[in-house]
Amino acid sequence: MNGAALGDACLALGSVSKRFGSLSVLEDVSFGIRPGERCGIIGPNGAGKSTLFNIIAGDLPLTRGTVQLLGADVTRLSAHARARRGLARTFQTTTLFPRLTVIENLVLALQAHSAERFAMLVPRSRYRERDEEAHALLARVGLESRANAVVDALGYGEKRQIEILLALAQRPKLLLLDEPTAGLAPSDASLVTEMLKREHETLTMVLIEHDMGVVFDVVDRLIVLHYGRVVADGPVDAIRADANVQEIYLGGKL
Amino acid sequence: MSVRRRWIVAAAVGLAIALLLPRLGVPTFYISLLTQTWIFAIVAMSLDLLVGFTGLVNFSQAALFGMGAYAVAIGATRFHITAFAPVVALGIVSAVVTAAVFGLVALRSEGVGFIIITIALNEIVWGLAYQWVSVSGGDNGITGIVRPHVLGFDVSANTGYYYVCLACFIVSIILLLVLVRSPFGLVLKGVRETPRRMRALGYNVWLYRYLALMISGGFAGLAGVLFAWYNQFVGPVALSLDQSTQILIMVILGGIGTLYGQVFGAFVVVFLSNELSAVTQRWEMVLGIIYFVVVMYAPGGLVVLVPRLWARLRGKRTAIVPHEPLLGPAGIANAPAEIAEES
Repeated sequence: MNGAALGDACLALGSVSKRFGSLSVLEDVSFGIRPGERCGIIGPNGAGKSTLFNIIAGDLPLTRGTVQLLGADVTRLSAHARARRGLARTFQTTTLFPRLTVIENLVLALQAHSAERFAMLVPRSRYRERDEEAHALLARVGLESRANAVVDALGYGEKRQIEILLALAQRPKLLLLDEPTAGLAPSDASLVTEMLKREHETLTMVLIEHDMGVVFDVVDRLIVLHYGRVVADGPVDAIRADANVQEIYLGGKL
Repeated sequence: MSVRRRWIVAAAVGLAIALLLPRLGVPTFYISLLTQTWIFAIVAMSLDLLVGFTGLVNFSQAALFGMGAYAVAIGATRFHITAFAPVVALGIVSAVVTAAVFGLVALRSEGVGFIIITIALNEIVWGLAYQWVSVSGGDNGITGIVRPHVLGFDVSANTGYYYVCLACFIVSIILLLVLVRSPFGLVLKGVRETPRRMRALGYNVWLYRYLALMISGGFAGLAGVLFAWYNQFVGPVALSLDQSTQILIMVILGGIGTLYGQVFGAFVVVFLSNELSAVTQRWEMVLGIIYFVVVMYAPGGLVVLVPRLWARLRGKRTAIVPHEPLLGPAGIANAPAEIAEES
């Protein structure tokens, strides 16, 4: 990818490498994501997909390379500083606030960028509009009835939906989804897929996913990681037809 | 009766009893113990803000408490600062500054690491109080602290001082209850539950822990000030690690993450340690057994136990809600998702 394209990219990785001791997990990974793009990252287990996400989100330091977010170098920025610049992510293992209610979970996401998060001597009930926003978000996925349930008491499928809803509540400029349908029954997985497709038009997203049905349904570009290297990058149809990719990842014809 | 109404009634009844007790012919000795209860309830609540709401098990709470107490003693004996408001301010500021320094060191780690560092910090402050004789009076401590006049009232007698401590307790619990119900309080709970997700949402987790530590230090300092006036003496025992542990026991006994539960925790520890020590030299062992029983059978603390017993007395079989202990075996408040998840 050339410099001009990197300039207006939503996300740009420059020769990102990550080593854990002598183990090289990512090797010279470079790609850019344009605004509005929906990109899937696929690859066998251990390809380095989750590590790559953790590096983009700032949860892990990288060994070499640069991460640019919306044209600014964020390589040295903390996870929360990147989030404030418009990056949101979900986790492969559900990472919610288990003993808080669904509404409280969402309000935490909604108030993250607002000054009220430092309001100490004002009861939360004074900020009714936050709760209303949270209810509106829940209504989008038909979970209004669960508003006051403690997250711990939710079903797994519901938790996965809230996991994504929390990231959407951040109104991200770039959304990283780490296996959003992991462990879901097909019916619940399709709920999640529908949810993501509804966000299509406005959202730039990068998606790690093992379920090819979900991948082909949601994304329009695919990057294939194999042993920490990008081995293919292009439109979904081209990658599907790529013999090399079929060989190393799909283990045969799709 | 709505839950809210029931709470208001309970608080009003509690307040009425607390106000009337000294007028009902309760012996002075018990008024003293109740005064101590209010003081320790304040410091226990301050620790609960960290343990129960922020997920930080701080073993240096006694050092913060003791800084408030020593500020009174040193201020009075060296600088002749004795009026109520300036001393309270001095004590709170000393404890907040100490907490701010502690935070810089201890908040570099979390979980067990945080616990170990806070133990070390408490020992350092204790060592200073014990050995820096020219400032702290060493093991002999500092005597000659005189209770102040408050709003023109002479509160040097036990009854008057009881009301001062009760008033400070009421102000503290109201402020803390408002705090944990504020948007900031919700952020603290988020930090307690899942710091990793908080970072992903854009919260500076370190900063919130740091603020919570300083706020907690302020209340601990206030309790320390009251404690110094109560004893009219300050010694290194006030900021020993034992004292830290005892405050933590009050938090756990009362009910982690409740604030009002700490009143019961403080009450039980203050009264038992005084009453039992009159009966047997092995009172600490008895206290240990009681502590053990509560943790085993009422991990939610006394505030969970009381309504359950009440319901049983009225012949209602209550379903025992499975209660996840807030404090795990390693003493870490809630299992950090971080450790479980690293991929």
